[in-house]
Amino acid sequence: MSRRPAAGRVTSAKIVIAGGFGVGKTTLVGSVSEITPLTTEAIMTSAGVDDNRQVPGKTTTTVAMDFGRISIDRDLILYLFGTPGQTRFWFMWDELVRGAIGAVVMVDTRRLADCFAAIDFFEHRRLPYLVAINCFDGMQYHNAQDVRDALAISSDVPVVSCDARNRESTKNVLISLVEYVLTMRRSRAVAPA
Amino acid sequence: MPERDEPTGALVRPYAVTRGRTRPKLEIALEALVETTVRGRSTGAGRGGSEHQYIAAMCDGGRVQSLAEIAARMQLPLGVARVIVADMATDGLVAVYEPTSLDDESDAVGTELLERVLSGLRRL
Repeated sequence: MSRRPAAGRVTSAKIVIAGGFGVGKTTLVGSVSEITPLTTEAIMTSAGVDDNRQVPGKTTTTVAMDFGRISIDRDLILYLFGTPGQTRFWFMWDELVRGAIGAVVMVDTRRLADCFAAIDFFEHRRLPYLVAINCFDGMQYHNAQDVRDALAISSDVPVVSCDARNRESTKNVLISLVEYVLTMRRSRAVAPA
Repeated sequence: MPERDEPTGALVRPYAVTRGRTRPKLEIALEALVETTVRGRSTGAGRGGSEHQYIAAMCDGGRVQSLAEIAARMQLPLGVARVIVADMATDGLVAVYEPTSLDDESDAVGTELLERVLSGLRRL
């Protein structure tokens, strides 16, 4: 079977991009992706994910996820996966967070509550995340501390501002997330068991 | 209106290419990378049909693609693409490279991966 361990060979990693509907997830992915963002679909029936057994009266739902790709180097590809817009599709979130580096929770300060479900989910799964305030039209309606207070998140979770349309800005968000994950990882690695 | 009696419509047609199977022979992550093997390249019009050929061509010549990309580009549901790619891996037509695990925080391999991602992002 041609299934090899990743060590020393080509490998991949992923970052999850979450947030409410219309907050700019696909815009953020597109601003830094080397490919035009693609959409992949999963089918869920009331009998289970991608299960097509003949169950009378079952209902089916299609969940779409947008994603982009960044070749970090020849042997390492980073994928950015946007979460499905509706948080009721939790079954897909499980697969998205499995093995992820971390998550970017995008926030529109005019609709702050839209990101609550995502934050709850990542905290429950212990997936590191940062909050990125998307400044539409260059306007930031609340400062980072107000947002941190309103979301009641831990003081070590980074809160940054960004313009999702801008490649440099998006790059900086991703860099902040990976720096945060590395810092946490190093501090835990040296701590006594 | 369909002339034939199709059992449930939308779900059945995508899974026709897997002959109705929904369980892949291997679990493959969304972001796992797929690369056509020498055998996959030379098999050509094999028994797997046009989906196998399409995937073998897509992931050949150093152009590794993730499972998610294969599903998106073929406009197949993720679960269908996973069954097909797992079949191809079992037959040695493609190699599947699973992502590096980050679960063990004391593991140097995961830390090294994060460092590579970080420096790569800074170089962009």
